[in-house]
Amino acid sequence: MKKKYETPLLDELEKGPWPSFVTEMKKAAQKSDIANDGLGQLEKSFRTKRGYWKHGGIVGVLGYGGGVIGRYSSLPEEFPGVAHNHTVRINQPSGWFYTTKALREICDIWDKYGSGLTNLHGSTGDLVLLGTRTENLEAIFAEYSSRGWDLGGSGSAMRTPSCCVGPARCEWANIDTLDITYTLTQEFQDELHRPAFPYKFKIKTAGCAVDCVAAIARADLSIIGTWKGKIQIDQNEVQNYAKKGMNINAEIVNMCPTQCISYDGKTLKIDDAECSRCMHCIAKMTKALRPTGEKGATILVGSKAPIVVGSLLSWVIVPFIKAEPPYTELKALIHKIIEWWDENAKPRERIGEVIEIKGMRSFLEYIGVPPHPAQIKFPRKDPFIFFKDEDFEKVYKKGKY
Amino acid sequence: MALPQRKTDIGPPNYEQFLPPIIKKNYGKWKYHEELNGGTMVHVAESGDKLWTVRVASPRILSTDTIREISDIADKYCDGYLRFTSRNNIEFLVSNEKSLEPLQKELKQKGYTIGGIGNRVSNIVHTQGWVHCHGAATDASGLVKAIMDELFEYFTTKKLPNKVRLAVACCVNMCGAVHCSDIALVALHTKVPPIDHDRAGKICEIPTVIASCPTRAISPDPARKSVKINEEKCMYCGNCFTVCPAIEIHNPESDGIAIMVGGKVGSLRSNPKFSKLAIPFFYNEPPRWPKVVAAVKNILETYAKHARKHERVGEWIERIGWEKFFKLTGIEFTFVEKVLICSPDCHSCESRNPELIEFTRTGFPLKACGNDTYGYFRVFQQAVEIAPTY
Ligand code: HEM
Ligand code: HEM
Ligand code: SF4
Ligand code: SF4
Ligand code: SF4
Repeated sequence: MKKKYETPLLDELEKGPWPSFVTEMKKAAQKSDIANDGLGQLEKSFRTKRGYWKHGGIVGVLGYGGGVIGRYSSLPEEFPGVAHNHTVRINQPSGWFYTTKALREICDIWDKYGSGLTNLHGSTGDLVLLGTRTENLEAIFAEYSSRGWDLGGSGSAMRTPSCCVGPARCEWANIDTLDITYTLTQEFQDELHRPAFPYKFKIKTAGCAVDCVAAIARADLSIIGTWKGKIQIDQNEVQNYAKKGMNINAEIVNMCPTQCISYDGKTLKIDDAECSRCMHCIAKMTKALRPTGEKGATILVGSKAPIVVGSLLSWVIVPFIKAEPPYTELKALIHKIIEWWDENAKPRERIGEVIEIKGMRSFLEYIGVPPHPAQIKFPRKDPFIFFKDEDFEKVYKKGKY
Repeated sequence: MALPQRKTDIGPPNYEQFLPPIIKKNYGKWKYHEELNGGTMVHVAESGDKLWTVRVASPRILSTDTIREISDIADKYCDGYLRFTSRNNIEFLVSNEKSLEPLQKELKQKGYTIGGIGNRVSNIVHTQGWVHCHGAATDASGLVKAIMDELFEYFTTKKLPNKVRLAVACCVNMCGAVHCSDIALVALHTKVPPIDHDRAGKICEIPTVIASCPTRAISPDPARKSVKINEEKCMYCGNCFTVCPAIEIHNPESDGIAIMVGGKVGSLRSNPKFSKLAIPFFYNEPPRWPKVVAAVKNILETYAKHARKHERVGEWIERIGWEKFFKLTGIEFTFVEKVLICSPDCHSCESRNPELIEFTRTGFPLKACGNDTYGYFRVFQQAVEIAPTY
């Protein structure tokens, strides 16, 4: 390879037991100028304690407004290999399952046109190809899309939806997270590839409240599996857990948030009517306990990172919705939610922020979901209420109050 | 060479083609799973079929060479099937028990790290840092490597009261959404970015720069054909730098890292929680950030020693109280000026009382709005001086 950089600081990060990203960069640097100069520039960052990247104007592929993040070195003379260092987001398959054949195909194309470095995976879930030049983008897109791979979302658009491993390998999945994610990604192709939203919009789907994809914290729309029936108890397995040393009173009974479990040393009882379906007991005694009855999803909205008015966690909008193919009801609801946001948001406002500004009433009335106590932490604590005339007609004059 | 015909809007390939036959057969019909050791578990289906998973650490940045090597291993022991987790680990999916030991042996031989399952530290979710991000106030991959080297045993073998989820974000935009992690590191710029007026006038689009600022700190400077920044309002987010490289957000002397603790995302036992500020500032010390690493380890081990079984870091802190948390960890509780920045985009407050917005920018108490999620708090320069020990 042409120019080899001395990297004494980065070499430090090849020591120690944890797998080293520096080793990965060096492997790629054997074959690629981009990776080689990327390594050189990174060493300089470590030495001077600052980054040297510029965000670039709009780069992308014809007909798409996203999927490629433009990146340029601010030191192109010193590190010409990374004068362009764009990333390409490839939409990952649901649940991040691959065959080795598919992975090799991805690698072969990438070695041809880019740095040979990847992120498996990016924060939104995409398979990220790290570092290529503007003039390669069309070729990259043709090669990948002709083999069935499409770009992910970026900018003010729908972002690539993602999900937990779900029914593919988890006994707790109440919904088919993989199928929902695949179906919704297909449903929103236009919204994903052509940014026309006020800001980003993320959808994440988890099969249960354990939430292995952080849907509740990292998605504007969080779909989380839940159930309506009882928790079925296998008392023999309960005894096995006790025999193996589990202190059932301390670890299960006392930690149930609704205090609806009791145990007398022989029999475990759950008052299902009071259970909030938090998953603690089930997750700790998976052989003994399992949810039964009707399965479906809770729909929550609003979570986001702190920029700008503070972080939000998603909160419940629809406590229970059936989530079975062809997902007609779910799709219609999501379209409505996005429509309201699109109409009411100023640029760079996420849906959670817009609901806080406009109020739940405006939002719920538009999407056609009735108010429900599951949507709130607690009712308002002051009596400053704006009544609408219709409220008297529809509710209070009806005689119940 | 002719390129193949491009296709648009086809979406991702259907996942079904990537599922191993045993998963297709038992899809949605798993009965239970058991942890076999720190990095191996077995899922048992209602049919009695068993699927073993061997989880392996990854630096997330992977070269095509390594991906091919992983693929070779998966071909040998997993019929060519594997997956990745939401925390960037690699999972080898084994349907034949006879392959399990040889797989583990080969992985160890080749230097792979098996672990991350159960009540342990899993891989650190992180952002791009100096490797690729324009606004980064630190390097994310470097920090992750330094921390995981130190916490290595907590990934492979040692048990904790519950899972501990770590995350690193290289600026306050938090692409990695670190805001709900047990221990979160977030890199900060701490100074108002200086403007190179000559360049700004030439290379930047003034209206775009003004619009980029989330706190509306930027206004036109017609005399210089540039912009000016209201220092009172700036919270050093770097959004202006994104659209205008002449506004230099990087400052090697004052960029650094804060540690936040006690967040979680699952709803088990208690509601999901945000991470809260524990240590406001560390100077960047590449390549290994020894003070940050020591502080993370101290928080982790204090938690491990004092928390009850199944308590997450945040649940433990809520039970014992923050005062006790600071006492047990020995973290100095320093003075950070929390300034709520009213959002200029929040119309409700403004429409009712325009003055309030101006007023609150200069330090209206946090409780005023009754909801701390409305506010963004920034860590002032003072914090750097007050907490020199870190
Ligand atoms: C420094 C920042 C802020 C301060 C100091 C502040 C202060 C206040 C105060 C004093 C009130 C009246 C509280 C009461 O009636 O008890 C209020 C109400 C309100 N603020 Fe803010 N505010 C801030 C930021 C925001 C932001 C960013 C938003 C919206 C995104 C917001 C939305 C509201 C709303 C919706 C109300 C009315 C609450 C209600 O009617 O229940 N505020 N704020
Ligand atoms: C026409 C509009 C308003 C009038 C006439 C008004 C009047 C007053 C008065 C007289 C007080 C003092 C009460 C006392 O002595 O206990 C007060 C307090 C207060 N007002 Fe308003 N107010 C108005 C609008 C607002 C708005 C829009 C907000 C916030 C969004 C607000 C937030 C507050 C708060 C937080 C206090 C309590 C201050 C404290 O505890 O020291 N006010 N207001
Ligand atoms: S979120 Fe629930 S269903 Fe999905 S993988 Fe995690 S535990 Fe299983
Ligand atoms: S799921 Fe949660 S609330 Fe329900 S019984 Fe179990 S621990 Fe209690
Ligand atoms: S750093 Fe952020 S807050 Fe400060 S002027 Fe720039 S955009 Fe505004």
